[in-house]
Amino acid sequence: MPRAVTTQKKILNSAISWALAIIIFFPIFWIVVLSFKTEGDAIRTPIEVLTSTWTFDSYAVVQERSDYFKHFSNSVIIAIGSTLLGIIIAVPAAWSMAFVPSKRTRGILMWMLSTKMLPAVGVLYPIYLIFIELGILDSRTGLVVILMLINLPIIIWMLYTYFKEIPAEILEAARMDGANLRSEILYILTPMAIPGIASTLLLNIILAWNEAFWTLNLTAAKAAPLTSFIASYSSPEGLFFAKLSAASVMAITPILIMGWFSQKQLVRGLTFGAVK
Amino acid sequence: MSTKHSRSLARIMVAPAVFALLVWMIIPLSMTLYFSFKKYLPLRGGDLGWVGFENYTRFISSSSFWPAVATTMIIVGGVLIITVVLGTLIALLLDQPIWGQGIVRIMIIAPFFIMPTVSGLIWKNMFMDPTNGFLAHIWRAFGAEPIQWLSHASLPSLIMIISWQWLPFATLILLTAVQSLDSEQLEAAEMDGAKPIRRFFHIILPHLARAITVVILIQTIFLLSIFAEIFVTTAGAFGTKTLTYLIFQRVLESQNVGLGSAGGVYAIILANIVAIFLMRIVGKNLDR
Repeated sequence: MPRAVTTQKKILNSAISWALAIIIFFPIFWIVVLSFKTEGDAIRTPIEVLTSTWTFDSYAVVQERSDYFKHFSNSVIIAIGSTLLGIIIAVPAAWSMAFVPSKRTRGILMWMLSTKMLPAVGVLYPIYLIFIELGILDSRTGLVVILMLINLPIIIWMLYTYFKEIPAEILEAARMDGANLRSEILYILTPMAIPGIASTLLLNIILAWNEAFWTLNLTAAKAAPLTSFIASYSSPEGLFFAKLSAASVMAITPILIMGWFSQKQLVRGLTFGAVK
Repeated sequence: MSTKHSRSLARIMVAPAVFALLVWMIIPLSMTLYFSFKKYLPLRGGDLGWVGFENYTRFISSSSFWPAVATTMIIVGGVLIITVVLGTLIALLLDQPIWGQGIVRIMIIAPFFIMPTVSGLIWKNMFMDPTNGFLAHIWRAFGAEPIQWLSHASLPSLIMIISWQWLPFATLILLTAVQSLDSEQLEAAEMDGAKPIRRFFHIILPHLARAITVVILIQTIFLLSIFAEIFVTTAGAFGTKTLTYLIFQRVLESQNVGLGSAGGVYAIILANIVAIFLMRIVGKNLDR
C-alpha cells in the first residue's frame, strides 16, 4: 500500500528501519569481523577488536585442523542429494495432482502436509534403530533419505501451487492440436514449470543445509555435515572465538546468499500457499 | 477433460510420493507405539516385556515432566509474542517508502538462513559469554557487572536467540500480507479523520489476522521441536529442558526407550492438536 508521504516522515522511517536492520544483522557482521582476528584479539573489547590487525589465520587453521572440507562436502552432498531426490519424486506427483485432479487429490495433499507436522523426536528411536539395522547410521545415504522425506511435503506443495498457476487452457489447446502426453510435458509444461521448480530447489537446499535434528542425532565423525561439525565447538578448549567465527562464516555464507535470492519463495514454501 | 488413460497415469505418478510418505509415517510411528507399551532398555537388559500404560503414567508423573511442559510453553509463548509483535511493526515500517529498502530487507531476513547450531553458538560464545562476550564488554563499559546469560537468565536468553532466528520469518510473511492491503481503504479512513492507532486496529490488524494466525501456527509447530539451539547452548541445564529435549534425553542419553517413546506419543498428539488448526486454514485456501 505505497502512499505519498512527506520527506520528514521518510527520514524518520528510514532511520528507524536502518537502526533495526543494523541491530538484527549485527551478530552476523560481528562474527565476520572476529573471523579475521587472532584468538588473542578476538576476546578484547569491541573497540580494541576493530582497531587490531586483520588476518586470514583462522581460516587457514580451521581448514587444516579439522577436515573442514570433508564436512562441507557432506553438507553439499546431503543438501543437494536430498533435494534432487525429492524433486524427482515430487514433480510427477505435483504435476498429476495439479492437472489431473481427482476426488482424492485434496485429501492426499492435506495428508502429505500432516506428515510434515510429525515431531521428529517422536520417531527418533525407531529411525535410530532402523539406521543401525540397515548399517546406514553416520552415512550420507541415510541422511539424504531422511532429509528427502521430511522435506517432501514442502516440495510437493510448492510445486503444486506453482503448477496450479499454469493455465489449463494452454494444455487443452495443445491437446486439440494433437500433442500427446510426452510432447505436452516436454514442450509446454516443462518450460513453464522451470521457474517454479528452480525456486523449490533453492528453498529446499536451504532447509536441508540447515536441518539440525537428524543431522545431529544420526551422524558422528564420518558423515557429519556442517551443522553437527559446528556443534562440536560447543565444548571448547582454550581460545577459539576466531576459529569458531571463521568456521561459522564459511558454513553460512553460501546459504545466506541463496537465501537472499529466495525471499519470495520462502513465504510460499513455508506457508504451504496459505499466504501469497 | 482428462481421458481414462491420463487418469491412470496420474495415479501412477502420485504413487511413489504417497508410498514414500506412507512408509515414513507408518513404520516409525508404529514402532514408537510398540515401544511405548514395553519396558525397553537397550543397554540394561533390552526388551523386558509389556507394561501396558505404565510408561505413559510414569512419563507424566516424573518430576521433570511438568517443568518441561512449563519451559516449552514459556519458550514457545515468548518467541511467538516477540516475533509476532515485532514482525508486524517491522512489516508495517518496511511497507513505507524508505531509503535503501532492499538492503534493509536483506539485513533483516538474514538470521533465518543461519543454521541453528551456528546461531546457538554465536550467541552463547561471542555475545553471551560472561567474560569475553560482546554483551559483557558493553556491560563493563557502563560499569555494570556482566550477566551470566545462559546460566542465570537461561530462558530469556534462549527466547532471545530463537526469536532472533524466527523474526525474519514472521516479518516476511506479514510484509507479504501488508502489501496486499488495499491502500484506497486506508486513504478513505485517513480522509475521514481516523487516527493512525484507529486505522491500525480497525483496518490493518483485521486484514493481517489470517497471516498472523498462519505465522503463529507454523511457528508453534517448528518451535515445539526446537532442539539444536538448546543442544549447543545449555544442553538442557538451567531449567531449559523442553518436552522435546526431555524425550531426546530419555531415548538417546539414558536409553530408556519405552519411557521416551511414551513421551514421543504425547509430543505427537500435542503437535497434531496445533496441526489441525493450521490444516483447516491451509485447506480453506486450497478451495479458492
